Amino acid sequence: MADKKQLIILGAGPGGYAAAFYAADIGMDVTLIDPEINPGGVCLYRGCIPSKTLLHIAKVINESEKAAEWGVKFSKREINIDKIREWKGSVVSKLTGGLGHLSKQRKINYIQGRGSFESSDKLKVEKADGSTEMLSFENIIIATGSHPTKISSLSIDSDRFIYSSGALDLKDIPRTMLVIGGGYIGLELGTVYAALGSKVSVVEMMPGLLPGADRDLVAVLAKRANKMFESIYLNTTAEGIVETKNGLKVTFEGKDIKEREQEFEKVLMAVGRQPNSKNFGLENTKVQINHKGFIKIDDKRQTDDPAIYAIGDVAGEPMLAHKASHEGRVAVEAINGQKAAFDPGAIPAVVFTDPEIAWCGLTESEAKEKGVDYQVAKFPWGASGRAATLGRNDGVTKLLIDPKTERILGVGIAGPGAGELIAEGVLAIEMAAKVEDLSLTIHPHPTLSETIMESADVFFGTSTHIYRPKRK
Amino acid sequence: MIKEVRLPEVGENIESGEVVKVLVSIGEEIKLEQPVVEVETDKAIFEVPSTEAGIVKEILIKEGEEIKVNGVIIKVETAESKIEEKPEPAKPEAKEKTKPEETSEADKMEKAEKQPESEKQDKTEDRIPEQIAPASPSVRRLARELGVDLQNVTGTGSGDRITDEDVKAYAKGIIISKQTAGAALITQQKMPDFSAYGEVEIKPFSKVRRITAETLSYAWNTVPHVTQFDKADITELEEFRQKHKGKIEEAGGKLTLTAFLIKVAATALKVHPQFNASVDMARGEIIYKKYYHIGVAVDTDRGLLVPVIRDVDKKSVARLAVELTEISKKARDKKIMPDELQGGNFTVSNLGGIAGANFTPIVYWPQVAILGVGRSTLEPVYIDGRFKPRLMMPLGLSYDHRIIDGADGARFIKWVVDALEDPFLLALED
Repeated sequence: MADKKQLIILGAGPGGYAAAFYAADIGMDVTLIDPEINPGGVCLYRGCIPSKTLLHIAKVINESEKAAEWGVKFSKREINIDKIREWKGSVVSKLTGGLGHLSKQRKINYIQGRGSFESSDKLKVEKADGSTEMLSFENIIIATGSHPTKISSLSIDSDRFIYSSGALDLKDIPRTMLVIGGGYIGLELGTVYAALGSKVSVVEMMPGLLPGADRDLVAVLAKRANKMFESIYLNTTAEGIVETKNGLKVTFEGKDIKEREQEFEKVLMAVGRQPNSKNFGLENTKVQINHKGFIKIDDKRQTDDPAIYAIGDVAGEPMLAHKASHEGRVAVEAINGQKAAFDPGAIPAVVFTDPEIAWCGLTESEAKEKGVDYQVAKFPWGASGRAATLGRNDGVTKLLIDPKTERILGVGIAGPGAGELIAEGVLAIEMAAKVEDLSLTIHPHPTLSETIMESADVFFGTSTHIYRPKRK
Repeated sequence: MIKEVRLPEVGENIESGEVVKVLVSIGEEIKLEQPVVEVETDKAIFEVPSTEAGIVKEILIKEGEEIKVNGVIIKVETAESKIEEKPEPAKPEAKEKTKPEETSEADKMEKAEKQPESEKQDKTEDRIPEQIAPASPSVRRLARELGVDLQNVTGTGSGDRITDEDVKAYAKGIIISKQTAGAALITQQKMPDFSAYGEVEIKPFSKVRRITAETLSYAWNTVPHVTQFDKADITELEEFRQKHKGKIEEAGGKLTLTAFLIKVAATALKVHPQFNASVDMARGEIIYKKYYHIGVAVDTDRGLLVPVIRDVDKKSVARLAVELTEISKKARDKKIMPDELQGGNFTVSNLGGIAGANFTPIVYWPQVAILGVGRSTLEPVYIDGRFKPRLMMPLGLSYDHRIIDGADGARFIKWVVDALEDPFLLALED
């Protein structure tokens, strides 16, 4: 007779562990299953956390070079790749170890292993120690995450051909590197390698970097990226990869590309992520999967199989850790009998490049596509005192405003620290704030957060630091 | 292509009806607008016209069954195309049945992927902030917990922001209306066994009787009633009526005293706006109406019905007489639509055609007043030093004392009496 669990959570990434901790906090008996020794998932082991650790190093390198202009010249840097790897590893293990500890404190039954469905109420768990156990459950939350998209025609079995996790492993610093995909993962990792000394090229099939983000924000990034990267090939695709003696020879296709064949020491494939919805027995349940591979869910995150819930990357776009954690709590509340619903006003997106790009709510491209009436109020960081002290006047803050109600519909920021600044925009949208509310809120001086207040002032034609009267 | 014919919206607050008669059969070819079923809702019986033309493939309802608004009545195969049948969004139960039985794992997976889109969809992908109710996350959660749809709540905050008070006030309104509606029915005492005393026959309520019982109990329980009596000398009005009724008859109407009464009532409402109102206790508001629709109580063999005549203030007595004749006939012939029984601001109940002097009518909630009219009789009236035989009409005005004071009631009924005694007064009001 299988042991009947009240709640099993399959996958201990930011969605799974947030759900597990919350469920335990409200008194549920929780079993958390993940192949890793501690909770954390891709985000902590092979994603957000290690990449941000490395991006901080990149920032220090870049700023130390820039400091020469301000009268502080450092001697030539020495990169100790082993030390960097060790530091990054220590950050990851500190956080994942902490989560393991928090899991124990909450008396969560953490199983290191992989689960697969035998039926709608049975899960077979293959444990890391080689044993298997059959568990039955009242409810289960699937939080199995996603994996990098593979393009079979370009895949090549070589140490030189890597995905994001391989790039984060930081085996070496290649002299040259090609990043396939101009999305946020490719640009972030490209930034790291460029700072460490690699000559990085980026190839993107779309006409601009970061497809989906507003062009005026991307323009701020593109300006620096053009200097930082060896080359950026837009409207271009990689058609083939062949291993040679010294590297990988890549064939490009695109009307703007001059050198159709180029050799790189390493190629990083970063063209998106796919949900992990296969190969763990979902077909033995009533769970349904859509044409993109995402598990179908409702507002409560419940699947077509009433006992089974799904959250995070496996349950739909946007594939972001903070969306997953919020969904995890919603699913737990729903299972607990509360009238829960995943009902965000805005989900922020941040690209941790230099400069950072962040947005939330409505974007201009989305507004145009859907025919939403909006007005833009924009504050260029050239007029920000704080930006000047940082030697960074290239940023921009903008608000998208509903002309009828004057409510904030969207916020977009490009510049250092945009990822931290965007939280205020999310709160403004969630609270249904009017542009006047932002204008009347005192912001600390001198900070970059003032750019949000001043954008609101721009809407009324009364920004202190730029003279741009409102057109009548 | 298979298309559905559904029960349309038939009137405000009407959610379902009973199928009285199915007028088509499977295999029958039907035309657009052809009646498909007869449906009885609250107080009306009406025919539902087909929204499609073609062959009836399936009848989804039976006589005597309840059908909800927007419920499918029949499925029709239309001429356009017979091949392109779009897969319907499968319900969870339905899917369970259609699940392939024993197939290989890979096969199963592929089939699962190809299944038609179910209703489980990530709804957040396509939302834009302007479609989200302007309320903070905690207010949205409160609304969810109270079962309040924020789209129905009017925000009182800046930029129409919905506050937690707005949500609570809205929820309270729902609860109060539910409680009071149910109260009259719940508190029934134990019924004695009448058969112990003699022979009885037990019949279930007809739909009209049940609704009448419910609405009157509700009105009686919620509206603090006052009834004000008076008499109007209609001797001259009656002479006028007798003189002109032939002309109206030619136009297809019957010039009854009721036609005059509703005209007088509409004009009286204009002069006394607090009678042309409704009380919203939940929100603490009085709703004043700027239109003058008058209900008329009609005795039918199904029971009491109150058809409504619209914009009485804009119509002549002659026209009202014609309309009144038509709508009463419709009510008696079961041809009246639910919409024609709704939207009244004030009701006239004239029992003068039958018998009886004074009675105390019950206000037809959410209206706030009703005029009851008894049988006119010749009475000696003391005029200019001597008694004269005059035709006197007994009037009873019941009103909602919550918003109408006694003095207002007296003024209103005096106005009505004066208007009936001197119809020229009506012409002076616009």
